[in-house]
Amino acid sequence: MVIKLARIGKLVRISGSVVEALGIEDITIGEIVEVGEEGLIGEVIRIFEDRFTAQVYEDTTGLKPGEIVKGTGKRLEAELGPGLLNNILDGIGRPLELIKNLRGPYITRGVKVNTLPRNIKWYFTPTVKEGDEVAPGDVVGTVKETESVTHRILIPHGIRGEVAWVKEGKYTVDQPILLVKNGTNEYEVTMKQYWPIRVPRPFETDGRLPLEKPLITGQRVIDTFFPIPKGGTAAIPGGFGTGKTVMLHQLAKWSDAKVVVYIGCGERGNEMCEVVTEFPKLKDPYTGRPLMERTVLIANTSNMPVAARESSIYFGVTIGEYFRDQGYDVALMADSTSRWAEAMREVSGRLEEMPAEMGYPAYLPDRIAEFYERAGRVKVPGKPSREGSLTIIGAVSPPGGDFNEPVTIHTLRFTGVFWALDADLAYSRHFPAINWLKSYSIHAGAVAEPWAQSFSQYSKKILGWWERKHMGFLEYRKTALDLLGEAAEVESIARVIGEASLPDEQRIILLASEILKEGFLRQSAFDEVDSYCEIGKQFCLLKLMIDFYLTASELIDRGVPFERVRSMPQIFKMMRVKEDPRGIEAIRELSLEIRGEFQKIAREYGIEGVVVGS
Amino acid sequence: MGVKGLAYRGVKEIKGSLLIVEGVEGVGYNEVARIIGQDGVERLARVLEVGKGYAILQVFGGEIGLQTDVVVRFEGSAFTIPVSDEVLGRMFNGRFEPIDHGPPIISTDRRDINGAPINPKARIYPNDFIQTGISAIDGMLSLVRGQKLPIFSESGLPHNRVIAQIARQATVRGEEEEFALVFAAMGLKKDEALYFIDEFEHSGALERSVVILNLADDPAVERLFTPRIALTVAEYLAFELEMHVLAILSDMTNYAEALREMSAAREEVPSRKGYPGYLYSDLATIYERAGIIEGKKGSLTQMPILTMPGGDLHHPIPDLTGYITEGQIILDRELDIKGVYPPINVLPSLSRLMRSGIGKGKTRDDHKDVSDQLYYSYKRGVRARELARIVGEMGLSPEERKYLEFAEAFERRFVNQGEYENRTIEKTLDIAWDILSILPESELVRIHEEYVKKYHPKYREKASKPA
Repeated sequence: MVIKLARIGKLVRISGSVVEALGIEDITIGEIVEVGEEGLIGEVIRIFEDRFTAQVYEDTTGLKPGEIVKGTGKRLEAELGPGLLNNILDGIGRPLELIKNLRGPYITRGVKVNTLPRNIKWYFTPTVKEGDEVAPGDVVGTVKETESVTHRILIPHGIRGEVAWVKEGKYTVDQPILLVKNGTNEYEVTMKQYWPIRVPRPFETDGRLPLEKPLITGQRVIDTFFPIPKGGTAAIPGGFGTGKTVMLHQLAKWSDAKVVVYIGCGERGNEMCEVVTEFPKLKDPYTGRPLMERTVLIANTSNMPVAARESSIYFGVTIGEYFRDQGYDVALMADSTSRWAEAMREVSGRLEEMPAEMGYPAYLPDRIAEFYERAGRVKVPGKPSREGSLTIIGAVSPPGGDFNEPVTIHTLRFTGVFWALDADLAYSRHFPAINWLKSYSIHAGAVAEPWAQSFSQYSKKILGWWERKHMGFLEYRKTALDLLGEAAEVESIARVIGEASLPDEQRIILLASEILKEGFLRQSAFDEVDSYCEIGKQFCLLKLMIDFYLTASELIDRGVPFERVRSMPQIFKMMRVKEDPRGIEAIRELSLEIRGEFQKIAREYGIEGVVVGS
Repeated sequence: MGVKGLAYRGVKEIKGSLLIVEGVEGVGYNEVARIIGQDGVERLARVLEVGKGYAILQVFGGEIGLQTDVVVRFEGSAFTIPVSDEVLGRMFNGRFEPIDHGPPIISTDRRDINGAPINPKARIYPNDFIQTGISAIDGMLSLVRGQKLPIFSESGLPHNRVIAQIARQATVRGEEEEFALVFAAMGLKKDEALYFIDEFEHSGALERSVVILNLADDPAVERLFTPRIALTVAEYLAFELEMHVLAILSDMTNYAEALREMSAAREEVPSRKGYPGYLYSDLATIYERAGIIEGKKGSLTQMPILTMPGGDLHHPIPDLTGYITEGQIILDRELDIKGVYPPINVLPSLSRLMRSGIGKGKTRDDHKDVSDQLYYSYKRGVRARELARIVGEMGLSPEERKYLEFAEAFERRFVNQGEYENRTIEKTLDIAWDILSILPESELVRIHEEYVKKYHPKYREKASKPA
């Protein structure tokens, strides 16, 4: 990297987070400048003749015309290396813990701290030896950063050649661990590297791999009905109080990703505090280790400087790509991308740019597209050959809960999964409030196959006792979705004529859908058992309820009154069995009980030949 | 910072509340200035923009009577106020000048009213249940210490009485200490403000309260300072004097309108309904000033009040507020007309921090389940009521009729209570069980069986009868 000499200019105008200066001739767009005596961090966003405009990532109160502005020759970069995990950073990559130690409980401006700790010595185990040829992206060694994640040290971009020496042992991120020689050039490689956050980290040409592995989240409505693949993108729009944040917390907790990056962008301070307090206590269901060990948190709360809100998104996604490049599955949650868009709008307004829709700049769709396009499942450059994925899940906070607004509309254009949160469901405390009629996943087909495979493994292993009706997972899923769709129609009729006036074959649809909503779709994030539902159990529950529905419908068709079915004591149990700590065993017991009850009903009404399900 | 007392004579332009001063030097962004007019009146102003040789100022206290021939004296710093324990029991205007005939506050400890964001890493997650004695709140929208929970209301609804009742009754159980009250009035009518002051006086709360008044006929631009002054005082009481503080900000709608007025004067690109695009960020710098900080004994709980223009929950002010605050308590005109006090519509209301403050060891083990069940059952009851309007009560199924009955009982017995009735949380939950027992037991799908056995009146009666 060519480091330019420090160049000094002068401030001429200050308006909010945007400042104007002159005097640095070779200033470049995207360059970081240090503004004023305190050296506040700013980024150049516009150049006009001899003047340039920068957005400042800290409070600008008290800045005066005439104060100095220093060009640093650097772009806004993320510092990458061991020490990212188990950490909480602000919107420009400064650890909040360090800021607290330096400045106390309030965030004041002008703090300069590194992202990665300089006092920790990491044990570096090389995987290359003297004389090996290395190129960008190659893994040269590992550091056990936390019990959950082994950090793979990569050759930074722009360095290739022969390894002259490599050292095993404990080093800080500043100390060289490897020397690469290329002709007369020598490069010292440390465990840290830098990457400009607004530029996607590259992967191999044609390196994009198909999205066909599901990201398992343990959330029934997602895994079963609207799955997201590893490397996919999802949008969760919802008005306030519809449960976006709790949903994202759930995904951050239970997704089967190796590394989770959680960005709190312009949201509440107490929520970030909750994550910081709660995650170290929670265990990762896949490794049994504290969740914080695989998590990177980025927090720019709503009252922190607005420009750093804009950058927090890019910081997060760069960190996500970096772990992807190590060959890991990474899941990134951004709460909320609307605040990011609003930060863009605010800066755009201060620049007096011509607004497009609702005051947002015309380039809003481009920025949204660029962000979501950084997701994917890819073949990573470098040796050894490896795959990694970055899944992006973005919350959207549409004004008034109305999805017909620019941020929601453009986000839906560039994402593959849509989980629509519904205020009506939230008001009756049905969480997750994902509306099953409006949501979709364009990957449902693509990930269905591996889904079905894992389910059939279960059915062989656990469900041997469950032989009837040879329906596969996909048929069950479809029957359930059809049932929910029909129930919505029947409900709209019932709203006019009253449920009591419906024919029996419609009342069973309502009852079965009620069971499915209460017993399957609704999942309490705060119930110890139900918070995470493994996929085998998801299938068992679904099968239990759909088999009940099919058999009950058949009995009703053949003359059993609806009220007789309605009086089955097992109905109440079906709604509660998800919370039984015995899991699948309890579902099995209940299914046998239901079978017995159905047989009894069939006898009562002299019906023969009914294939009594469950 | 500029030289203190740097003074200039003459301004180039006066445009609404904006002044453009030329030929200035060494003036900082956001700095405070005093404008002394020919009429001898001194007005406060703030620097909105500085450039080479000019500054744009916003004048507080009204521009009428200003001439271009005024003296502008720059203070050399952002707006600061002196703080000391003398503020308790005092009353100030929107510029922090005493209006109770008492002496001004004198202290070397001056604080920037804009505050600074609390480091999320230095926050303690709030989890102390505040008992307000109001069933709808304690039972279903539990407030915890350090939370920011606004009341969304409409003109003519009794939000002032509700908030006064909360201020009167709020306690953390097991602790004797009462809340210190900081009350910021923004654009309130005189009688509304007097109501609060009377209330504080009668309940003996006045000596532990601080009142900052910007009334409806006071300059609108001063409203931008009022909540910030109040919260600076509140932070001082909470984190310096380690008191538990309840800050009441009323009415945030007037605040947001003042912000829009200023934005329009600056000819900024408007976003929704003419409000500036930074309304969210600006409101956040107010609402986020609540919470608990590690190592400090005090806490700052915020209850802003806002009247929804036209009763519209999706209006930008309630909408953006809801995205920042930790829930909302919504008052409903229909319930008010029915004579239900407090007219809280629990369905769209929410307390995001509720679950951290309730349950075993805090309130009662069945609290969460009962609350969930009440929401679910009331929602179904409301649906049954809508249906009954179309098909008549006779057209309902027996089950729906039970839900209808439940909804009535819920509003009349659970939500409805006296203005001076202070219910314990146990009392609240017992009433809840009482009305839930209207429904068949098999409908209590959201309550764990162990709690049904423990608290359902049916089993309780059995247990209390000798075998």
